[in-house]
Formats: sequence, C-alpha cells, structure tokens
Amino acid sequence: MMRPRYRTALFLLPAGAWFFAMLVLPLVVVFVFSFGERGPAGGYVPAFTFDNFLNLGSRWAAFKNTLVLAPVGTFVCLLIAYPLAYFLAIRANAKWRTLLLILVIVPFWTSILIRSYAWIFLLGGQGLPALLNALGLGNPRLINTPFAVLVGIVYGYLPLMVFPIYVSLERLDKRLLEASSDLGCTPARTFFNVTLPMSMAGVATGCMLVFILLMGEFLIPAMLGGGKVFFVGNALVDLFLQSRNWAFGSAVAMALVLVMLITVTAYMRVTRRWAGGRDDISLM
Amino acid sequence: MRIYALAVYLFLYIPIGIIALFSFNAGKHASQFTGFSVQWYGKALGNPFVTEAFQTSLTVALSSAVLASLFGTMAALALQSVKGKLRVAFDALIYIAVMVPGIVIGIATLIALVTVFDWLNPMLAALWPVADAAPQLSLGYGSLIAAHGLFSMALVIIIVRARVSGMDRSLIEASADLGATPWGTFRQVTLPQIFPGILAGFLLAFTFSFDDFIIAFFVAGSQTTLPIYVFSSIRRGVTPEINAIGSMVLAVSLILLITAQSILQRGRKA
Repeated sequence: MMRPRYRTALFLLPAGAWFFAMLVLPLVVVFVFSFGERGPAGGYVPAFTFDNFLNLGSRWAAFKNTLVLAPVGTFVCLLIAYPLAYFLAIRANAKWRTLLLILVIVPFWTSILIRSYAWIFLLGGQGLPALLNALGLGNPRLINTPFAVLVGIVYGYLPLMVFPIYVSLERLDKRLLEASSDLGCTPARTFFNVTLPMSMAGVATGCMLVFILLMGEFLIPAMLGGGKVFFVGNALVDLFLQSRNWAFGSAVAMALVLVMLITVTAYMRVTRRWAGGRDDISLM
Repeated sequence: MRIYALAVYLFLYIPIGIIALFSFNAGKHASQFTGFSVQWYGKALGNPFVTEAFQTSLTVALSSAVLASLFGTMAALALQSVKGKLRVAFDALIYIAVMVPGIVIGIATLIALVTVFDWLNPMLAALWPVADAAPQLSLGYGSLIAAHGLFSMALVIIIVRARVSGMDRSLIEASADLGATPWGTFRQVTLPQIFPGILAGFLLAFTFSFDDFIIAFFVAGSQTTLPIYVFSSIRRGVTPEINAIGSMVLAVSLILLITAQSILQRGRKA
C-alpha cells in the first residue's frame, strides 16, 4: 500500500501540472511580453521597455467605455435584482422557491452568444423598431447603441446578481423583521434599518462578481454595439487577432487585470467593514 | 411584488422564447410570423459546416469535461489532507482560474502556446528519426481541450470539495474499523457520497465548454467550434437558420443544466 503522503502528491499532480501549464505559464508570458516590442510581421520581439504602458492612452476610449458601462450595468443589474431576490427569499411560497431560484440561475449557464443574438434579433431593424413603426410610434434606432449594450449586459448578468443577494436575505433571521414591526417600525423603516444593512454582504458580492465579469466582456459589445461601443475586450481581440501586436496587447491585458485587482481589493475592504466577512457563495 | 417577479422572469425568458418561436417561422423576418415550418432545422442540419462545428464542440466538451472531472475530483480529495503553503497555493490557483476573465485566459494561452510551439517544433524536427516527417505542434483540439479543462477543473474542485467537506467522516472511520481496505472504503463509502457532486461538476464543465466562445476564439487554431461558427454567421447577417442552431444549443444546455441542478438539489436534501 502506498504511503498517504505519496498518494496525496500523486492525486494533486495532474491538476497541479495543468494549472501550471495552462494558467501560471501563460500569465507569466503575458507579463513578460508586456515589456517587449512588436515584431516587423507582428508577434513579439524580446525587449525591455515601458513604451507599451506609456502608450496605453491610445486605447483610452476602450477603457473609458468599459469603466463607464461596467459600473452602470452593475448598478442597473442591482436595481432589478434586489427586489427579485427579496421576493424569492422572503415573500415567495417555500414550495416554489427552489424552482423559481433554478429558473433565475439557468439562463446564466446557457450560451451568452445565443442570448445576445436574441437581442440582435429583437432590437434589429426587423424586430422591435419595425413593430413600433407599424404601431405608429416612430422608428427608433436601437441596435449598435450604448442602450443596446446595456440591455445585453443586464440580460446577461442579472442571474449572477440575484443569487448572492438571495443567499444573504435567505440567511437573515426573519424574527428580526417581526421584532422590528412589533416595535412599531413602518415596513419602509424595517427595510432600510434591518433588511438592507443585513443583506449588504450579498449586494457587495453580487456587484463584485458582475463588475469583474463585465470588465472582461467582449461578446456583448461586439454583437450589440456594432463596433461603436467597444470595451477593452474588443481592443484586445483587435490587437491579438487583427494587428497582431502581442507586446502592446499584453500591456493592455495587464492594465485590465490591474484595474480589476484594484477594484476587487477596494471592494473587499469596504465589504469587510460593512458585514464583517464575505459571504461564501457558489455559482450554482 | 409578485407582478414584479413575473415581469423579471418574462424579461429573462421572452428573448429565448422568441428565438425558439422564430426558428419555426416559414418567412425570414423577425417582425412577422408567416407560418409554421421546420425547414430551417433541415437547412441547419444539412449544412456540413454546422455538423462539423458541432462535432468539434462535442469532442472538445466531452474530453475536457471527462479530464476535468477525473483530475478535479482527485485534487479535491487530496486537498482534504493538505495544509500550509501548498493548500494556500492551490486555493489561489483555483480562485485565479475562476476569476481571471476568459479573454485574458484566451490571449495568454494563445501567445504562450504559440511561443512554446515555435520553440519546440524545430527541436522536434531535428530529433525526429525520419527526415521531414516530424509532427508539427499547432493550436487545435489539444489547446481547446487544455484551455477549457482549466476552468472546468477549477469548477469541479469547488463543487466536489463542497461535497467532501459536507461528508460524514465517521462513516469513513467506521468502514476502516470494520476492516475495509482504503480502496474499499473509497469505493463503497466516499464515492457514493461525492458522486452527485462529480456528476454535477461534469455536466457544468460540459456546458461551459460547449457554450464557450471567447477562449475558443483565441486557441482554436484552424478548428471551428459551434459558437465560433455561429458568431461568424451572425456577422454575415441574421437568418432563421441561426435561430434554429441557437434553439438546439439552448435545448442541449437546458437539459444538462436542469439535470445538474436536480442532482445538486437532491444531494443537498439528502
């Protein structure tokens, strides 16, 4: 029989090797390449220069769009998700709760490509605008606008926001709500003084998850923004697959990860203060 | 409150429903439904590009999900008895694998693999016994499976580890006390308890790989997965054929997800 220590090492080996080859090594390569130069025919030439980082300003539009639409999208998701999570955790019939919750989560795991396509179909010239036109309500241009991208974002990420808020509301001791109303608080005061503060951990987790994923978004702006509303992700696709400027592309990727890390760290700090610890949530 | 919830559910499901509805449209336009027809399904299934892309997606999803479930479960079991620096390192890797955006994983994998291949291919050619017959390493099935497997493995470890830590440990001790071998205990006590987690992890991993666009977009090389095919067709214009493909893709993921969910829920109650 093998000694337990060796068995543990043997069991960890495949996963460890996989993580090393497909995660650690590639991220190190991006880090190294971000200080390099573009080759004459694209690709990468070894060098040590900060030019790529100094040149980040040339992609400012992509960063600006991302840094505007990601927080706005996160906030709109929160506004729509909170009441739904509240309904599911506190008001909904216990018999239906599991089913209703599954119905919220399932769309998140289906193809975001097909779900964004649904909105091309709906907002495109033959969809809603044609319908509105037939009803005599004008013929607004919807597709390829920031509005379309925002709709796609909310549609894509709403489930991810609902779930953590639901978890924190579900854990909340319902007797506190009764106590609050017994002591003469109006429902509104109970909500703002008891429910909302106690669900802040879920709100913060949901916002963080949605915000992080939005920062790296490519598909939704590519499909619903039509090249006019582009994110950092779209700039990355352009740099790596069209202009093949790997060195500068790596610097853009590094900047993106850095902005995300800063945001997450700041968020965690604030969350700790609010709720004394982060809610451990799973995505299923 | 109830009406509000209903409105959100309608918002979530109407667009999917409309895709499915118009895949049965006889006409071409989204604004009018001109009659029931399954012609677009016939067209999609008769399109060799679609069937080939479907086969590629299926192969990649199955292989990456099987490997991720196997290695992920092994890691989750081993991590139980690991503490200290190694544990911290693994936790960090799992966290990074889940949190780093797919697009960054995609480009990082692309440039790392291309660089490594450019370096290895001449060596391989020089060392190969038969001149000019050395295999060329390139992006394709291997890189797709490896890149999808990374995220899937992190997912499986998270799900299985949750089951492992919720497991009744006294059963394992009882089994050992009653004279079972470690393998016997694993097969008859541990495995039945964690199996729902492994299965759910496998189904989620499969769904992830089958639906992923952004990582595949970078590492697919000359291969075309179904999402890549759909993306490039959408660029050429919206057609009911895409609706038909989309409906089939959604149906596949919905069935797998509902299965995974019911396994996980049943596991929670048990």
